[in-house]
Amino acid sequence: MRALGRYLPTPTLSLVLLVVWLLMVRSIEPGQLLLGAFLAVVIPLLTQGFWEPLPRVKHPLKLAWFVTYVMWDIVKANAHVSLLILLPRREPHPGFVEYPLEVQDRLVITLLANTITMTPGTVSTNIRLDGSSLLIHVLDMNEEQELVREIRERYERPLKEIFEC
Amino acid sequence: MTFYVIAEGVIAFLLVAGGIFAFTGSLGMLQFKDFFMRLHGPTKGTTLGIGCILIASMLYFTITQRELHVQELLITLFLFITAPVTGHMLAKTGLHMHLRFITSTRGSIPEFRDEDVGQSRVARPARAKHPWKYRKAKRSRMRR
Repeated sequence: MRALGRYLPTPTLSLVLLVVWLLMVRSIEPGQLLLGAFLAVVIPLLTQGFWEPLPRVKHPLKLAWFVTYVMWDIVKANAHVSLLILLPRREPHPGFVEYPLEVQDRLVITLLANTITMTPGTVSTNIRLDGSSLLIHVLDMNEEQELVREIRERYERPLKEIFEC
Repeated sequence: MTFYVIAEGVIAFLLVAGGIFAFTGSLGMLQFKDFFMRLHGPTKGTTLGIGCILIASMLYFTITQRELHVQELLITLFLFITAPVTGHMLAKTGLHMHLRFITSTRGSIPEFRDEDVGQSRVARPARAKHPWKYRKAKRSRMRR
């Protein structure tokens, strides 16, 4: 069991790599399966030095729900930004917000920063290297506190619950 | 027969919507006043645009060739992983180069600390154990 852990440190990543490979070559012949399995074992081993210790997903269902409503938010964000570009009724008010982080895990912070960049009019621009806060550029800002609260309730808390950290 | 008509309509709608979203994303580059605002167009406007076109492609090939085509999902996956990273890198570079932004910008850029610009080192968390290095360390301990 320990040998398995050493040569297959991240089973989920290996599985994802195998599936991605099979999707790319569009076949499930034995040869492709073998090659995919080989890549699924070798790539995690080679890239292991780059990885931070990965936190475990404690609630897969919550993660699925999170992904779903982030998708919906992306659609809304796109519609909003497109409207702002096509029908500029008024000048948008851009602004910078310093968002104090609650989570400490680096992977979770990365996920949060990515989510922020993908959703409503916000781009994460800078992260303090000690992980204390995230600098966000907002395309159209009304109230700073409201934005911070929205991100906390909608994205950070669920991520925190999913990874339990 | 009607099934094909409906499917055709859906695919056409998705293609047009995708085109419009991708177009507005690019139009934003032209319209916004400063670098940080222009960044919002490509990072978001295009995501949904390309998403729509890929869904249309999936539907079209699944229906016409009568077999499941899902490898477009891979493009979406790679796009969702890489788009925020490039956006973040661009924004960070903009900050470090002290690019000007329009005067109606609310809030202010917080000052860089020493560790942000590489003037001092930051304490990083311990790294995961490397399989080969880990084994070597064990061997040398046994020799001692």
